[in-house]
Amino acid sequence: MVKSLLLVGVGGQGTILVSKILSEGLLEEGYDVKMSEIHGMAQRGGSVTTQIRFGHKVYSPTINTGDADVLVAFEKLEAARYISQLKKDGTLIVNEEEIWPLPVLTGLEKYPEGIMEELKTKVDKVISINARTIAEELGEPRSQNIVMLGLIVKALGLENIDWVSKIKKFLPERVHEVNIKAFERGLKS
Amino acid sequence: MKKLLTGNEAIARGAYEAGCLVAAAYPGTPSTEILENISQYEEIYSEWSTNEKVALEVAAGASIAGARALVSMKHVGLNVAADPLFTIAYEGVNGGLVIVTADEPGMHSSQNEQDNRLFAPHAKVAMVEPSDSQECKDFIKHAFEISETYDTPVLFKVTTRVCHSKGVVELGEREEVGVKEYVKDPKKYIMVPANSKVKHVEMETERIPRLREYSNNSPLNRIEWNDRKIGIITSGASYLHAKEVFGDTVSYLKIGFSWPLPDKLIREFAQGVDKLYVIEENEPYMEQFIKAMGIECIGKEIFSVCGEINPQIIREKILGEKIESPYKLDIQTASRPPALCAGCPHRGIFYALSRYKNKVVVTSDIGCYTLGAMPPLGMGDTVICMGAGITAGIGFDKVNKMADRNKKVFGFVGDSTFFHSGMTGLVNAVYNQSNMVIVILDNRITAMTGHQENPGTGKSIKGMEAPEIDIEAIVKAVGVKEENIRVIDPYIMEENTKAVKDALEATEPFVIITKQPCALIKEVQRRREGLYCQVNQDKCKKCKICLRIGCPAISMKDNVVSIDTSQCNGCTVCLQVCPFDAIESFGGEVM
Repeated sequence: MVKSLLLVGVGGQGTILVSKILSEGLLEEGYDVKMSEIHGMAQRGGSVTTQIRFGHKVYSPTINTGDADVLVAFEKLEAARYISQLKKDGTLIVNEEEIWPLPVLTGLEKYPEGIMEELKTKVDKVISINARTIAEELGEPRSQNIVMLGLIVKALGLENIDWVSKIKKFLPERVHEVNIKAFERGLKS
Repeated sequence: MKKLLTGNEAIARGAYEAGCLVAAAYPGTPSTEILENISQYEEIYSEWSTNEKVALEVAAGASIAGARALVSMKHVGLNVAADPLFTIAYEGVNGGLVIVTADEPGMHSSQNEQDNRLFAPHAKVAMVEPSDSQECKDFIKHAFEISETYDTPVLFKVTTRVCHSKGVVELGEREEVGVKEYVKDPKKYIMVPANSKVKHVEMETERIPRLREYSNNSPLNRIEWNDRKIGIITSGASYLHAKEVFGDTVSYLKIGFSWPLPDKLIREFAQGVDKLYVIEENEPYMEQFIKAMGIECIGKEIFSVCGEINPQIIREKILGEKIESPYKLDIQTASRPPALCAGCPHRGIFYALSRYKNKVVVTSDIGCYTLGAMPPLGMGDTVICMGAGITAGIGFDKVNKMADRNKKVFGFVGDSTFFHSGMTGLVNAVYNQSNMVIVILDNRITAMTGHQENPGTGKSIKGMEAPEIDIEAIVKAVGVKEENIRVIDPYIMEENTKAVKDALEATEPFVIITKQPCALIKEVQRRREGLYCQVNQDKCKKCKICLRIGCPAISMKDNVVSIDTSQCNGCTVCLQVCPFDAIESFGGEVM
């Protein structure tokens, strides 16, 4: 069985880092893992996606329409944008963060209202969280991606993997403590 | 040992294990991380070259001198490097020479999606195509061996999905192959007509037939026999997508050595299956070859030449499965295009120029500043390729005069792009007496590709001190008159505005150099930490002028204009454009 995990967010939110940590952990657990990311121009405040597929043997690194077992959106508009990739009965994990894209900021487009309500109406399994509030409580707003990591690990039932060592491997030492706390908060949410 | 590596990391590892001694590149998505990773190996001399042509020539020289050498670039980079490619193909190699071309089907971060496989038959260089990270590592070693055995440069073709996908890779040890003896050999290495004529014949009659034979027996080309009702010939990432859809229910001819294509193997495979499909991204490269052999197959009749291939497309086109999302939302999503960052030093000059938008034409170039063409700044009429920000401006300006348009041409180019191919354009502008304005946006780094050093930054790829090439001195040396040069701080709107006004009046080549480092450079972020701007709501008249600078930190929600201080770096461009002094800066001054 191959599981597909699609992570979407806005450039700068740290989705790629979370994908790297997840992939390392899954490899250590003995899975075959493929991860694919699209970056480049998208880094500049654009929409960023990474795809993780793991199982006994994985061929294609890409996830298409209705393929994702889990869709993790680090921002709610991005959840709406990529919902078509989620499987029927798949799990949607959303950070209720709202980041206005430039066309909205400059008044050319509107940020849609009622995204969460709409998602909750249409998708059976929705886990939502305000990762920024939690990260701000911890005094490090940038750790919201690691709060999300905790939530993903819980949703996938992967608590037995040593995630703390992976967090330490990928982040500088001065932020280890706060990010481990962020991870635990995500895990308990 | 097993490690999870991207294709780019695996290529770097492969070069290391193969005993590569010299590597050169110019950054470009999706190829950039290849050299970044190679540069971490002390055993390999690595350099960011000024452009892809230079990089290939450096590698070619190293190869002739006897070292295994690798050069990497994005697909459009090979256009720049095409000149040496076609002739080094005649000369062949001494130490192995591998040329990595990273193509971008789907154009995630590129201006076109040319299929560089077509370079191989055109330049007559052997070609290798891996599908995943393990193959990236293994095939690089094969490529060096093929290069030396058959005396040919090898084109190593990858795509975004191969470069930027991680997969499990079994690591090996480095094999020290050392530097081969160099023997002076004018007939081989001096391509004057008398020698080239001999070389071309030799290629056609000896090297290529030998390579064709190799292709038919190469371990890189293999048949996987399963059920024979359907046979699929495929390569690169398409192989993985096909395996995802069909698993072991159909037969495959997986092509890893793709020029010359293996004619005998193709015929054997075609004869063994009932129905033959060719699955390849972009051009019908293999399909045309197969059809020219008189073999029936289905390819671009059902697959598009545009964009990437993925499992969903294969399911739809071959199995007729229409896949629809189980979710239909009743809300309209807003688009999220990339934008100039908060605090980006390019913003000020674009805004100053946008005040004259009916009087100017902007020929832009490849880099973050391409985004200046997006609304609300809208400063861009053309983007073609590296360097054309200046040179297309020269042509545009000449025609503006013929047509009495009375519009001034402003050509934009970044620091790295200036060194890449802007300098020749600058010389051309002076020599051919263009009346255009050239704006060199010096943000002290190659920003768009993720912060690579360049000749202007004073550092080498390994972070060592390097001579810092002075852009202003070059501009002067080329012959732009001192009175027609402005070196400004683009965070100061008065300087931007004054420079634009002076430029509009100029009747000779005019150059503006903006100097302010990219806001995302770590050092800059540290230096500006704690600096931010805020809106004084008592003074704000909601005129929305600050929104016109297109800063992602500034928003107007519920009729209140505010600045997201977590994004703001206190560049104060918004403060300076506010007519009501309603924006204030905090956190002190930056030296």
